[in-house]
Amino acid sequence: MKKPALERPVLLDVQDITRLYGPAKGCEAIDFQLHAGEVLGIVGESGSGKSTLLRVLAGLEAPDAGRVVYRRHAGEDVLDRDEAELDLYAIGEARRRALLRLEWGLVHQNPRDGLRMGVSAGANIGERLMAQGQRHYGQLRATGQEWMRQVELDPGRIDDAPRTFSGGMQQRLQIARTLVTRPRLVFMDEPTGGLDVSVQARLLDMLRTLVRQLGLSVVLVTHDLAVARLLAHRLMVMRRGQVVETGLTDQILDDPQHEYTQLLVSSVLTP
Amino acid sequence: MHSMTNARPRLTVSGLHKQFLLHGQGGLEIDVMRDLSLTLHAGECLVLAGRSGIGKSTLLKMLHGDYCIDQGRIRLHFDDGTLDLETLPAYAWHGLRRDVIGYVSQFLRVVPRVAAVDVVMEPLLARGADEAESRQRAETLLARLNLPERMWQLPPGTFSGGEQQRVNIARGFIGEHPLLLLDEPTASLDATNRDVVIALIGEAKARGAAMLGIFHDEDVRDRVADRLLPLDDSLGARTAFTPNVQETLS
Amino acid sequence: MDGYNFAYLDEQTKRMIRRALLKAVAIPGYQVPFGGREMPMPYGWGTGGVQLTASILGADDILKVIDQGADDTTNAVSIRHFFQRVAGVETTTATTAADVIQTRHRIPETPLRSGQILVFQVPIPEPLRFIEPSEQETRLMHALEEYGVMHVKLYEDIARYGHIATTYAYPVKVDGRYVMDPSPIPKFDNPKLDGNPALMLFGAGREKRLYAIPPYTRVESLDFEDHPFEIQSWEHTCALCGSDHSYLDEVITDDKGGRMFVCSDTDYCQTRRGEVA
Repeated sequence: MKKPALERPVLLDVQDITRLYGPAKGCEAIDFQLHAGEVLGIVGESGSGKSTLLRVLAGLEAPDAGRVVYRRHAGEDVLDRDEAELDLYAIGEARRRALLRLEWGLVHQNPRDGLRMGVSAGANIGERLMAQGQRHYGQLRATGQEWMRQVELDPGRIDDAPRTFSGGMQQRLQIARTLVTRPRLVFMDEPTGGLDVSVQARLLDMLRTLVRQLGLSVVLVTHDLAVARLLAHRLMVMRRGQVVETGLTDQILDDPQHEYTQLLVSSVLTP
Repeated sequence: MHSMTNARPRLTVSGLHKQFLLHGQGGLEIDVMRDLSLTLHAGECLVLAGRSGIGKSTLLKMLHGDYCIDQGRIRLHFDDGTLDLETLPAYAWHGLRRDVIGYVSQFLRVVPRVAAVDVVMEPLLARGADEAESRQRAETLLARLNLPERMWQLPPGTFSGGEQQRVNIARGFIGEHPLLLLDEPTASLDATNRDVVIALIGEAKARGAAMLGIFHDEDVRDRVADRLLPLDDSLGARTAFTPNVQETLS
Repeated sequence: MDGYNFAYLDEQTKRMIRRALLKAVAIPGYQVPFGGREMPMPYGWGTGGVQLTASILGADDILKVIDQGADDTTNAVSIRHFFQRVAGVETTTATTAADVIQTRHRIPETPLRSGQILVFQVPIPEPLRFIEPSEQETRLMHALEEYGVMHVKLYEDIARYGHIATTYAYPVKVDGRYVMDPSPIPKFDNPKLDGNPALMLFGAGREKRLYAIPPYTRVESLDFEDHPFEIQSWEHTCALCGSDHSYLDEVITDDKGGRMFVCSDTDYCQTRRGEVA
């Protein structure tokens, strides 16, 4: 038997990111690498700085110091050598926004933040495609219906407004809207956060399936260790703006090393 | 008697230590393993023995990456070289578990509301296998383990302990991993299904899988073990011996 | 008129607006902010257009003012009178005779010629406003050419009505760059924006924005490949002049359901009747 190929190219190289609003408010000296095909969970209590870090990583907020480098060539051939490596906050705003809109995706905790509530489900799903220049209504519609099926929404409701959908359906619509351009890197901020427990389970399963089928790389922020266990390959534990421990998800949850992680893990209620 | 001499080792463990440091308990240190070594060959099932709490599951969890390796070496051997697990970066474990190290734990941990058959076939899908083919293999395994067909499409959350265990076993064996860690897979099974598991272990041996298992049921242990590795209160073991049991599977 | 500068606005203000207009002409379709003044008429009555007209009007210019194509509606009449009083310029209803035409909601049917200036009154200059309330964000979207949302609106039209139901203020792309609101003209008039020999200026009084389409500029109406841009057409012809190719208004003639269709461009209709007769 041959040695398995375990090397994964680095997709996102986060170097010494600091973004502080005040002492221990925000995130400080964060260093890590996200590999292609990996789901990295960032866990911690509210105020730990995980959401600030996500905003910096997702290109929404410039750091005080440090770099976020996106290696576009990771795992595939890239013709344009200049574009093979993008320093998120060194490239122009136009390039960064295009990157966020077309190659990356962001799933908000509250679907209302990620959806256009005033236009139909189909228009929501089609928007990123139209931004890419797709100009064929029939194709946009077909793609919209295909994605609705993919996220287990009734394609017959393609013309309905998101506000007529339940919270769980809205979240699935937001995910379809985000993934329709097949982004390589997706950021998720508490994607199951505001949902009923029964709805959460279905969404978690769907996310796992999509991650596998699309080969997504994901940075997932959550305070819910059970969600982290089911979705994340690897975890990063944050406290007061700093990373206290990183490792394989099962290791962090089954054999936490840091005092704080032990406290966090032992504080979870298990039914 | 099964001969190990010309089988190549798949796994070697040497000088393994494990200590838990509980910060919440005032920095309490608990030694759970001291200087453990073992060798495991392809096509062999090594059974860990010893009283409950002696660290058998701990060893499996260290081999599966669930527990940190404080000290010692764990090496996997391949035709083209070895892989040191104690230095393996966290990101690499995902692929290793998908392709090399399989684990059947006592407890089923799955996404709620996912159908049993989907739970079972997931390890194949993770490798990019064809969905229809994977489903068929999952169904075949579930049928072998006598899980009634009407339950295949139900989420196992509401199943009995024995039924969940069978879903778990099917999920563990479907991937045909070259190294299988078996943590009491037969614990809550009836005699018929225990026999099925014993047969599955036999088939895994036949295809060259190396297995490290914990079986409390002595009858099962005697039927699957090629060798026994007793763990005692010295918290470790340096050698494994071949038990005085005959091969029950030919 | 005593006590007022020529064309009502003081010369400093007119220079400021003319500078803004030069910038607008230099960047076709780009919205230029300007220091809009209070005019002696309420917002919504064409204060933006009036300020632009006041700034470009010369003593020798002949002015035409139309509202919905007609020279004789209240808005057109009052603006025409305003400039007669404050500038003393000659006015006309003949499209061909005019140097400057201020308009609300139409482009004349008679083709414009080089040298003429068409001044549009604009209520909402920002075509992205329907989807993005933040001015800062819409400016950034223009700067970065993030125009995907414009097609979201058209998509929504087709999804709801089976066709692009936007019939006026139909968004256009100017010179392949800026998406622009052509003011609430019927989409019937959109093709006249493209490559027009006249200079077209747009003024929004409330929002204090102006923009321009220089002569002979490429102007495309946004659409989908499988739902191409189309203009309205009528089964009827004009009941007065018989035209089968102009924009028609439906006029109710009695309370028994009687109605007729007539050209909305009164000058065009009258001219044709003169020709036809």
